Amino acid sequence: MSVRQLPIIPISTPRIGAVGKTGKWRIFKPIIKQDKCVKCLQCWLYCPDAAIIRDENDNVTVNYDYCKGCGICAHECPVKAIEMVKEE
Amino acid sequence: MLLEIRIHGRGGQGVVTAAQLLVEAAYYEGLWGQAIPFFGAERRGAPVVAYARISDKPIRIHSQIYSPDIVIVFDERLIKLADVYKGLRENGLLIVNTTKMTKETIQISKKGKVRLAYTPATQIALDLKLIVAGWPVINTAMLGAFAKATKLISINSIERAIKNNWSGKIGELNAKAARLAYEKTVLYGG
Amino acid sequence: MPQYKILTGNYAVAYGVKLSKPQVIAAYPITPQTTIVEKLSEFIEKGELKAKMLRVESEHSAIAAVIGAALAGARTFTATSSQGLLYMHEGVWMASGARLPIVMAIVTRAIFPPWNIWTDHGDLLDQRDTGWIICMVEDNQEALDMIIQAYKIAEDERVLLPVMVGLDSFILSHTATPVEVPDEDIIDSYLPAPGENIHYPKISFENPLTYFNLVFPDNYMEFRYQIQEAMNRAKRVVMEADMKYYKLVGRRYGGLIETYRCTDANIVVVSMGALTGDVKEAVDRLRDEGYNVGALKLRFIRPFPEEELKKELLHKKLVIVIDRAISFGKGGILYTEISSALYEGRFREIPVIRGYVTGLGGRDITVDDVITMVERLITRLESGTLTHGWEWFKLRKEVVE
Repeated sequence: MSVRQLPIIPISTPRIGAVGKTGKWRIFKPIIKQDKCVKCLQCWLYCPDAAIIRDENDNVTVNYDYCKGCGICAHECPVKAIEMVKEE
Repeated sequence: MLLEIRIHGRGGQGVVTAAQLLVEAAYYEGLWGQAIPFFGAERRGAPVVAYARISDKPIRIHSQIYSPDIVIVFDERLIKLADVYKGLRENGLLIVNTTKMTKETIQISKKGKVRLAYTPATQIALDLKLIVAGWPVINTAMLGAFAKATKLISINSIERAIKNNWSGKIGELNAKAARLAYEKTVLYGG
Repeated sequence: MPQYKILTGNYAVAYGVKLSKPQVIAAYPITPQTTIVEKLSEFIEKGELKAKMLRVESEHSAIAAVIGAALAGARTFTATSSQGLLYMHEGVWMASGARLPIVMAIVTRAIFPPWNIWTDHGDLLDQRDTGWIICMVEDNQEALDMIIQAYKIAEDERVLLPVMVGLDSFILSHTATPVEVPDEDIIDSYLPAPGENIHYPKISFENPLTYFNLVFPDNYMEFRYQIQEAMNRAKRVVMEADMKYYKLVGRRYGGLIETYRCTDANIVVVSMGALTGDVKEAVDRLRDEGYNVGALKLRFIRPFPEEELKKELLHKKLVIVIDRAISFGKGGILYTEISSALYEGRFREIPVIRGYVTGLGGRDITVDDVITMVERLITRLESGTLTHGWEWFKLRKEVVE
């Protein structure tokens, strides 16, 4: 078995999903009520895992593969358009 | 050959600069030197000292100077204010900025077997209007006296060192002060 | 043609830095270091040195700034003394752990309290275990030359460690002597072009990386191992840097140690920094009196020249180590290090190793003092009463007992 050589200093290359699909860590999941959304993009800005997807019309959806359910988006939403719902 | 020199002056009179110019002039004569400031806090007007060593070999010693061969005094009143004779070797040389040696100084020097030299450096600076921040500049003139009294360094090398550090009129004036002081230096005994 | 200038130790350092062409300099003023950075500012102002001078609010920020600049691939310089170095200490470890070839001048100064601005090697030796290469110079010429060699050593692919160049407060830093300033083109051919051929993963927009991330117990030791290996390789690189410098500039210092009249000596005095010059003078005078004495200058504290010291000292009768610092609760630091090197794997047939702790806080050590130190031990050696150990010298016992 080959052993990966250490560099002289600890460095790593950032890449998507280095520790797998972290969506599995979720206890509560955010549900965006699209009819209440005012497209302010606060959820997209604040999400620490870049798990809010913004389309060309500024519609936002959640990438549930990587959303860990921290609830920051729901906390920041000024119109309470995001609800945290217990995972079944 | 190793000569140790102590320069007494007042804070602001340029004792450190004088020591450095002396080392530079010595270098032009093919000699090695070391210009040493007093290691501490200095204040304008207060009695201060600087030191120098001159040798025909590279200087390895780094300790302080306790027994100088030559003592240079930038202000004659310092003879009473500072212990200018401290450690001065027998047959050493005392070079003073004054127009006239006091009887007392002559007596003390005779007793301590110290040779004397003096030059009117302040008068020379005043005549040349060589004044900075209200004080006549006398450090360069005193180097002229050093050249005359020791014959160790030529007045040409002193002038060269001065002009190498100050270009134009300032350099010319300081070099002239050194030259005049050289010519007016009076040697006592020795 | 190389030029001779009348330079203080600090100005000699500044000229060495100027010739090395660093791109970023960051420092905070502290006596007796300040005039190094003042002179460098003057060079930049006059357009003689094209470097960015960062005026930072502390030494902690100074090292942080040069770490950042070095990570971006710039050649960097900083300088400090005493309290400044201690305040910098966290960043000192970061620089070596990050394997950045930073060069820093340390004007060795006593540590507070009580306040004292004079020479003492306590600040420099406090950095002993940080992973920096640490050297100490004897005179102003060596200060200039070693700054340049420090870049050569630090940036070598086999090393990649930061280097401290130490010089004694005032007795070198503010004392002016003739110093030969090498030609710019000679140094250009000695050192690689600054910022090029970077042998560590520098920050780049094209290839973004996470730096210094969390390393678990299964990897941390290996990073430490790599620093130790680099230190071992540095011994050879120090010699090579010295030899190449000699070929181009005409001056060499002997690498990790320098010996003076050691070959036939049965007593050797080991010292570090400017005091070594006075020791050499004392050796000459003791030789005139018929004593077979030699001097050994410890030029590098890290990497520690164990092999060289064994080769030079193991067969001697008496080794005298003069320390200008103390490890409280132990004793002379160099004495301890040298004893450990000479004792290693041996329990007999080693010289008597005797240490002196002296000259702290700038207390003047003269040639006569060195002679007294040697003669005192010779008397005890001949009467058979001398054992391993260390003692104070020039301590004013009457005021503390």
